[in-house]
Amino acid sequence: MAFGNSGLPSFLTTKLDAAIGWARKYSIFQYPFVTACCGMEYMATACSHYDVDRFGAGLPRFSPRQADVLFVVGTVSHKIAPVLRRIYDQMCDPKWVVAFGVCTCTGGFYDNYATVMGIDTILPVDVYIPGCPPRPETVLDGLIKLQEKIQHQRQEIA
Amino acid sequence: MDITELNKTEGVRDTATREADALETKEMMLNMGPSHPAMHGIIRLILKLDGEVVKDCEVHIGYLHRAFEKMCEEGGYLQVIPYTDRLNYVSPLINNVGYCMAVEKLFGIKTTERCDYIRVIMSELSRITDHLTCVGASAMEVGAFTVFLYMIKAREYLWELIEEVTGARLTISYTRVGGLKSDLPAGFAEKCRTRLKEVRKVNQEVHTLLTKNRIFIDRMKGIGTISQEDAVAYSVTGPFLRATGVDYDVRKDNPYLIYNRLDFDVPVGEYGDNFDRYLVRMEEMEQSIRIVEQCLDQMPKGPVAVDMEGRAIPAEFMVDEAKMGRTGGLLEVQAVVDPTLEGGTRANFNAVQTEEKRAILPPKEDTYGNIEGLMQHFKLVMYGHGIRPPKGDTYQAVEGANGELGFYIVSDGTDRPYRVRVRPPCFTILAAFPLTCIGWTVSDIIPTFGSVNMIGGELDR
Amino acid sequence: MSSTPPSSPLDKLGAVSQSELLPEVLTLLESQFSGKVLSVCVNLGDWEASVAKGSVPEIMRFLRDDKRTDFKMLADLSAVDGLKMGLVPRFYVVYHLYSIKLKHRLRVKTNVSEEDPAVPSLVDVWPIANWFEREVWDMFGIRFTGHPDLKRILMYEGFQGHPLRKDYPVNYRQPLIGPRN
Repeated sequence: MAFGNSGLPSFLTTKLDAAIGWARKYSIFQYPFVTACCGMEYMATACSHYDVDRFGAGLPRFSPRQADVLFVVGTVSHKIAPVLRRIYDQMCDPKWVVAFGVCTCTGGFYDNYATVMGIDTILPVDVYIPGCPPRPETVLDGLIKLQEKIQHQRQEIA
Repeated sequence: MDITELNKTEGVRDTATREADALETKEMMLNMGPSHPAMHGIIRLILKLDGEVVKDCEVHIGYLHRAFEKMCEEGGYLQVIPYTDRLNYVSPLINNVGYCMAVEKLFGIKTTERCDYIRVIMSELSRITDHLTCVGASAMEVGAFTVFLYMIKAREYLWELIEEVTGARLTISYTRVGGLKSDLPAGFAEKCRTRLKEVRKVNQEVHTLLTKNRIFIDRMKGIGTISQEDAVAYSVTGPFLRATGVDYDVRKDNPYLIYNRLDFDVPVGEYGDNFDRYLVRMEEMEQSIRIVEQCLDQMPKGPVAVDMEGRAIPAEFMVDEAKMGRTGGLLEVQAVVDPTLEGGTRANFNAVQTEEKRAILPPKEDTYGNIEGLMQHFKLVMYGHGIRPPKGDTYQAVEGANGELGFYIVSDGTDRPYRVRVRPPCFTILAAFPLTCIGWTVSDIIPTFGSVNMIGGELDR
Repeated sequence: MSSTPPSSPLDKLGAVSQSELLPEVLTLLESQFSGKVLSVCVNLGDWEASVAKGSVPEIMRFLRDDKRTDFKMLADLSAVDGLKMGLVPRFYVVYHLYSIKLKHRLRVKTNVSEEDPAVPSLVDVWPIANWFEREVWDMFGIRFTGHPDLKRILMYEGFQGHPLRKDYPVNYRQPLIGPRN
């Protein structure tokens, strides 16, 4: 920064960060990577009863290149893991990952040869939503946590 | 349009086709999935296309293989029940019932009448939620988003009902070998009737939105057909088979529980196309509602809330009394326990659990009140003890939402199942899937696949 | 209740033969294929037949086409690894047949040894056997001779071993495969 250590510029960048964060957190375009049971609760959350649209996350994008948040919904097996990684790599920055359900957090009770024990072994995760499957209220709570994280983080502007 | 004019345009199209035929064409490979918006679930179709027409289709499955059958061999018999929830996660109760019935068949246990009725009620509610999800999702994929929202709303009503009974919305683990986790809550019948009325209303709305809708009919009618012979040769069951005109339904043909006492119809289609499958599912929901209503009328009365003298004492107080040796009166009083354990108290216990010491936990009064009950409880839950069906093997089929759901269980006489094999209904339907999409266009795959109602947990286990 | 003669290894599963109560299908099967059908019984209400491995397609074709049996549907095909039960030969393959018209079921078992784990394929009899047999190959490593395309179905190519065998440890993980084109 050319401004040195004077107070004004840092004040400006913080304000800018806050403004961009505010904009970003209410326009979440999610990519639901739905594999298993949790998908049913994902549907329930997205539909009219719980209405995820209230949080600015109402439009799922089924192309990784148009999405900001990767929702990994359901058990990830060894066979699907490369696909998941590939989708993550295709997403543009800034991007966030939500582990939806206990299988994606830790592997859950599928401790066996076929499943990946938590998606954080293959990609970085921002918010973990536990539950088998998590109730819609838990999902919304996780979403709010993600919004807080987006709000308070340093905003990279390419 | 005038008929001569029509012929003229047909003629124009003919010339165009002839010109197109003269051009050199190349077959194209198209990869659909494993993560595709219209493939609810993960599955991969490798299509060989000529223009937009599917020439060949190869189905790749296994992306959700979670080793269900291997995990079953690791724990006790009762520990399998949570895994069965996650087979067909849209209608978990049917899986629970199927598994428990198979183990009961090994034991030779006969469940109580009230238990059978409750199992039927809950299975049918599950079937409705499954069909609601399937029809809603496949309608959404052909563009009718409203239908999806309506049907998920109806599903939510039923899930709330199921949650009151079982304590969970989706993964419920409600049945036990020889009975149920707990009895129905107070006022269930009335609530159930009102909810079903709502579901009926939603289905009526969906009928008005879809059944005579030109766009929907054009996408569904005559598309994705499969013949009776092919369907049978591929062991297709459930709505997919019934849409071709074969009236095979396990509930009718090999009645289990109390289905033979109930009056319901098995809807069949005529052409085996997507539209027939849609109609069959819609009608099956209506029949399931009828079944539930009959069950609510017929089923034997539940237990009374208090014992004869109106006494009921907290369970922890009961334990303290027993520790001090004052066990005399404890057998007569009822225990007040945590709501999640309510099926375990004596009054509820006798209604939904059988008198079978080999498989059923004792009533909570006995567990807390006397040493025999405590020991029996420990014998059934402790590692290395558990419930032990006699040596043997058996196959039990129930009508799942997608077709015949069978459990083949081998017991070697120990506390763990030696082998649990599930006959997954989706598996056979997807094996036959290429037959329904070869010759149609790529866009036809979407409604056809929607009508399969592929459920990953059950397909790949 | 009398136990079956000790010739069949399936005795260890507690199958009980009640020859006086045998249904028509089983007596028919026994008379039609004497020597190829090793034993028949009614096991907990299910009809069961144990047949020689080599004659599986022949018997199945008969069961499918004959008017009195009419098993048009192969409801299920699976296998069991008898390692921990001490079965000799080690595996057996289980077929569940169903007749839509006559509404009856039949379970057919055939023994498969560890040294030569191969069974004649039923793809010509029922096309659904294609996928079922691929699954058994994937999970148990039992080959089906005459199968047009015997490859893994649930696990990925490159997976070592057959997970439902009793000697495959439940949580023995193999290295993750990377993204590929």
